[in-house]
Amino acid sequence: MLLIDCPYCGPRAELEFSCGGEAHIARPLNTEAISDAEWADYLFMRKNPKGTQYERWNHARGCRRWFNVARDTVTHKIYKVYKMGEPKP
Amino acid sequence: MSNQTHRAAQGGIVDRSRTIGFTFDGKRYEGHAGDTLASALLANGVHLVGRSFKYHRPRGILTAGSEEPNALIQLGDGPKTEPNLRATQIELFDGLVASSQNRWPSLNFDIGSINNLLSRYFPAGFYYKTFMWPPSFWMKYEYFTRRAAGLGKAPEAPDPDRYSKTFAHCDVLVVGAGPAGLAAALAAGRAGARVILADEQPQLGGSLLASTDQIEGKSADEWVVDALAELGRMADVRLLPRTNAFGYYDHNYLTLMERVTSHLASPASHLPRQRLWRVRAKQVVLATGAIERPLVFADNDRPGIMLANAVSTYVRRYGVLPGRRAVLLTNNDGAYRAALDLAEAGGTVAAIVDLRPEVSGPMVDAVRAKGIEVLANHAITGTSGKLRVDGVTVMQLARGGVFGEPRSLSCDLVLHSGGWTPSVHLFSQSRGKLKWDDALSAFVPGVAAQVQRSAGGCCGNLSLGDCLDDGHSAGAEAARDAGVSGDAGRAASALGGDFIPAPPVWIVPSDKPVGHNGKHFVDFQNDVTAADVLLANREGYRSVEHLKRYTTMGMGTDQGKTSNINALGILAEAQSRPVPEVGHTTFRPPYTPVTIGTFSGDDHGDLLEPVRRTAIHHWHEGANAPFENVGQWHRAWYYPKAGEDMHAAVNREARAMRTSVGIVDASTLGKIDIQGPDAAKLLNFVYTNAWSKLDIGRSRYGLMCGEDGMVFDDGVTTRLGEHHYLMTTTTGNAARVLGWLENWLQCEYPDWKVYCTSVTEQWATVAINGPMARRLLGELTSDIPLDNESFPFMSMREGSVAGIPARVFRISFTGDLSFEVNVPSSYGHALWTALMAAGEKYQITPYGTETMHVLRAEKGFIIVGQETDGSTTPQDLGMNWIVSKQKGDFIGKRSYARPDTARGDRKHLVGLLTENASEVLPEGGQIVAELKDKPPMVMLGHVTSSYFSPNVGRSIAMAVIKNGRNRMGDTIFVPLADRTIRAKVVEPKFFDLEGTRIDG
Amino acid sequence: MKARYSIFSLARNARNYHENWTEAWRSPQPKAEYDVVIVGGGGHGLATAYYLAKEHGITNVAVIEKGWLGGGNTGRNTTVVRSNYLWDESAHLYEHSMKLWEGLSQDLNFNVMFSQRGLLSLGHNQHEMREIHRRVNSNRLNGIDSEILGAEQVKEFCPILDTRPNARHPVLGASLQRRGGVARHDAVAWGYARAADDRGIDIIQNCEVTGVRIEQGRVLGVETTKGFIGAKKVGCVAAGHSSVLATMAGLRFPIESHPLQALVSEPIKPVLHTVIMSSAVHVYVSQSDKGELVMGAGIDSYNSYAQTGSPPVVENLLNALVELFPIFSRLRVLRTWGGIVDVCPDASPIVSKTPIQGLYFNCGWGTGGFKATPGSGWVFAYTLAQDRPHKLNESFALDRFINGYLIDEHGAAGVAH
Repeated sequence: MLLIDCPYCGPRAELEFSCGGEAHIARPLNTEAISDAEWADYLFMRKNPKGTQYERWNHARGCRRWFNVARDTVTHKIYKVYKMGEPKP
Repeated sequence: MSNQTHRAAQGGIVDRSRTIGFTFDGKRYEGHAGDTLASALLANGVHLVGRSFKYHRPRGILTAGSEEPNALIQLGDGPKTEPNLRATQIELFDGLVASSQNRWPSLNFDIGSINNLLSRYFPAGFYYKTFMWPPSFWMKYEYFTRRAAGLGKAPEAPDPDRYSKTFAHCDVLVVGAGPAGLAAALAAGRAGARVILADEQPQLGGSLLASTDQIEGKSADEWVVDALAELGRMADVRLLPRTNAFGYYDHNYLTLMERVTSHLASPASHLPRQRLWRVRAKQVVLATGAIERPLVFADNDRPGIMLANAVSTYVRRYGVLPGRRAVLLTNNDGAYRAALDLAEAGGTVAAIVDLRPEVSGPMVDAVRAKGIEVLANHAITGTSGKLRVDGVTVMQLARGGVFGEPRSLSCDLVLHSGGWTPSVHLFSQSRGKLKWDDALSAFVPGVAAQVQRSAGGCCGNLSLGDCLDDGHSAGAEAARDAGVSGDAGRAASALGGDFIPAPPVWIVPSDKPVGHNGKHFVDFQNDVTAADVLLANREGYRSVEHLKRYTTMGMGTDQGKTSNINALGILAEAQSRPVPEVGHTTFRPPYTPVTIGTFSGDDHGDLLEPVRRTAIHHWHEGANAPFENVGQWHRAWYYPKAGEDMHAAVNREARAMRTSVGIVDASTLGKIDIQGPDAAKLLNFVYTNAWSKLDIGRSRYGLMCGEDGMVFDDGVTTRLGEHHYLMTTTTGNAARVLGWLENWLQCEYPDWKVYCTSVTEQWATVAINGPMARRLLGELTSDIPLDNESFPFMSMREGSVAGIPARVFRISFTGDLSFEVNVPSSYGHALWTALMAAGEKYQITPYGTETMHVLRAEKGFIIVGQETDGSTTPQDLGMNWIVSKQKGDFIGKRSYARPDTARGDRKHLVGLLTENASEVLPEGGQIVAELKDKPPMVMLGHVTSSYFSPNVGRSIAMAVIKNGRNRMGDTIFVPLADRTIRAKVVEPKFFDLEGTRIDG
Repeated sequence: MKARYSIFSLARNARNYHENWTEAWRSPQPKAEYDVVIVGGGGHGLATAYYLAKEHGITNVAVIEKGWLGGGNTGRNTTVVRSNYLWDESAHLYEHSMKLWEGLSQDLNFNVMFSQRGLLSLGHNQHEMREIHRRVNSNRLNGIDSEILGAEQVKEFCPILDTRPNARHPVLGASLQRRGGVARHDAVAWGYARAADDRGIDIIQNCEVTGVRIEQGRVLGVETTKGFIGAKKVGCVAAGHSSVLATMAGLRFPIESHPLQALVSEPIKPVLHTVIMSSAVHVYVSQSDKGELVMGAGIDSYNSYAQTGSPPVVENLLNALVELFPIFSRLRVLRTWGGIVDVCPDASPIVSKTPIQGLYFNCGWGTGGFKATPGSGWVFAYTLAQDRPHKLNESFALDRFINGYLIDEHGAAGVAH
């Protein structure tokens, strides 16, 4: 069970959080103009890396804040926790 | 001194003053406090305790610990019975009832042992090669093979006991309380760390409890007493005996099972039987020791053949003499200790058969001094005895085989030792990498993956002095790294023998080739022999995982603790490769089996999941309403009067509401308070329709879709103030919708100033519906004008109702005149009873969710999750009108333009009228346009909602069908298992088609 | 031809102490080039190879496996086989698979112990019962056996199940697919491997693909730890690593990899004679021929390539188990493990051509992969051989994520297993 250092509450067990998947996927601004394929890319296509993944977590059973985590998908080591809006490390 | 024929006159740390009675297979025996079932049985001369899994061979007790593969016992009876427990771990208590398993009719005479006679036809994996003819017969063969398999029996009644779970945190968790673990705990504790010390045994001390060594000038067991006393004085040290640390997960999270009362005859009722500890440790010290390695020799499985160290333990710790005349087979010096222990306790050692070509040293001198014959460069080539070993054959070793005259030795006990295997299970579970230690011929911890240290035997440090040093420094360093700065003191010093590892002998040669005569067992529990390992290799199952899966090697309840390494050795030898190249199978939790109840704790029954009840729940109960589970809520389903079934009650309720007035408890709908200058922006984004122009005090219905354009929730949102809205959601989706809003606000649009708060629990909601709704409400409020002009449909007024501050919404889920009265939750019940009292003269009728569904279906209103299923767009529902063409981008919009989503002939929501007006279509019925004699048939869609409507006077249904809007008037068919129903496609609206009832 | 397995060959070999059995498959060195290279030596990959040879006569084929055969999800699942899927597209594919299962042991001459002991999906509330009716009716009209049981019939079918009406999630009824059941998972990989090898296909273990060689939009072969292997066509069937392979080929996939955990209890004498699934309390369980209870639930919530899972998932699963089977509380968990499943947004697989000529993918089976093994291999072999999908898998193409034609099995499947 992961120990996740919520930037607002401190380290808490994974049980208190829910994972929101890949981070830094910006919603296209020009949805009318983009192709179906580009829209599908935003909707469905994911990096799903074997290694470091940048992902969103929500402290759902705590402060309910969303934040980002850089985590290794093989070792589960967490390299960094950072707030929404902060740049990718 | 009693009938315990094999209890030594003295010695051991059992309490001889307390005699305990127990039964095994119905026969009464006696033992002492401090005994395990195994030691007590051995004290009574009982070796035969079970039958093996496949061949039903008689089996005895091999070990003295949790690694035991053979002595599996069914404990107790009735609902408290427990299968497959190891006799070596069961603490004896008064009245204990144990029985053997996997035998019929009795342990001594087991019909299943015919398998042993036929065993040459049952090599590893034989079942993959047969039972294929005739083709349909596998299920019949399986009936018999299943019955032959399995070990003990499950209880037949629910578990009457309680379990519990707890979380714990500490600076240093020490697993294992042998010399290394105790030293680690002492060092960390002295330094001031918060320590948890856990050990699977009832007594802490591990190997020291049966040791002849000296520590700090004291006997080992005295030193243990002092160490535990010192630890006991430390406020921040928690000692957990009887606690199996069984899982090592990410980020130093470990799970432990404590046997709290399961070892007691009559436990206190307030205590759980077992407890799950979920520990997050800053630092972990693994001091899990090592397990003695059996030797793989011919017919090495008879009762009375035991591991050497187990014999030492029985002699020294329990004061039990497992046999009177023994032979020891070994490849190392360490095992000589067991022969000495046995001899000192009064047993005879007929010979020590040593596989090494030459032997010398202090241990050899010591046994020779006792007059014990040492046969170096010899092997045991066979054993005899039916239900107990009664002799061995010994031959001289030469060139990888044996030669010369076989010599028979009679005995009632065989000891064997192939060296030691470090217990690296938890280290490996923590994803640490193992490395091969050539001297030890074993895997030991290599590169760690977590914040932990291994110490002592589990690292291959098998001498006592090394264990104490190793443990001490691991504990001291762990405390330091946990940020604790106290003085850890010094390591205890020991006097005792060193351990000298010897080269491994993977298969002890016999006078016949392996597999030709006699069985060289590797995995005792699953009856896997050396010949099976070689067969698997021959057939191409060469990966260790293939070997394991093909032969079932290491897959028993002991998970191969004594056997895996020997199988690896044999496999490697067969492939002429070094063992580390062959690799090892994965170590998985749990270390030893853990009761399912322990994982579950109290989290079942009423505590499985919270039940949510409305403020009016007790009234519904009083009215005998059955409840329906909707999400976590219990909602009143209908209110049967005497003699009414559901159908009658629903007809009455539905009619009453349309003719006079009905009330329904709508408190479960999700309510989200939305405030902030950008609130309207948010609504515009998450709903498909436009929200910019909603006036204060007005309400609007909205559909919420995902980015894929599919409907996922609906509800009415009301503007309460300039920057203040109240959103309602469906009952089941409230939390999901709030999460959805927060997701967008926090992750995509953090600059929007909007705040969302769940207020579902803060308000109780009663919807008053029907032509008399206005008159009834009018009697209970004086400050809210209720006429259509002052209080039009889709608006909200605040005031008081029955003297309670209230928000009243003119929204309707029935199509009739309706007021939804929201009051603070604590007033919910008061509001409901006030309405019931005042409504008496109007024959007010409470109705439940079933009637609510009928009423809304009469009007063709959808229920998200019933008319929709995650693949439904607003357009599919015929709700194009709610998808804004004017406003800017919103969630789902782009997806409507995708080719498949834009298709005109998708499944559309329609109404269905059965040809027979009294016949109600079953919900979930599949619809076809073209009827065939039998399946397959091409399906158009399915019935989503279907009821008998007393107000329409016939059955009505809604459905989604392909291209439904262009099939109006068509006849379709609903073929069911027993009949086919014909129906006509109509608009999905059945009552009050002009919509005139809404204003009363 | 290999010597056939039978009770007679078993008896014959017993006379020679089983020393004359030959290897079930060869361990050849890879050739320089093949007509088809299958990446992934699990059940799906081996089945693909087998059907390429059997149905299409293509035998110049290599199956490349980075570890040991069947070491991925084939050897880690809970062995449930069923075909009672809601949507036509899935139902047809899984039913095709079911029909292959029904003759598989004889076809492969390897007993895969396919045991059609029936599979109950429990309904615990009105909504679930409605969905069960919908699915059962759909199955029936698709020609798939499926029936509804009421609460009392459920109790009769599985007496040890707790069907008290006042339970937190009472059992209101169930769907039953009598032809559903379990099979011996490892045997499926071994059986296909042996039969494929018998038809001349090279199975190459311990050979990891490190790159996909593509020139001018056409695949040329794969780079591996045993060197470059040329191929006219490459079929990727590597559950748990689909995204990794896709990335090597420069493709982006709608796939996320999650751990899926499973566990077994200690073996006990037979008490559970069917397969039970419940989505409201989230568990599925059957009893293996060896006597172990085999259990699973839903996937872990976050992406992972570690074949271990999160312990709370196991706790929840066992809470649910005790809720349904209070007599199991005193039994003990023997072993827990995890596999990595590749999940598509609509919980349906991709069996498809790709924008790269000669490169094909079969992936995204999520939690449904094992039961699909024969059917998946069969349609993928067709797709590879014909360079176009079979009717059974044409809906499972990559482009559905662009045009919106999703096959959303989330809706009614609940626990999608």
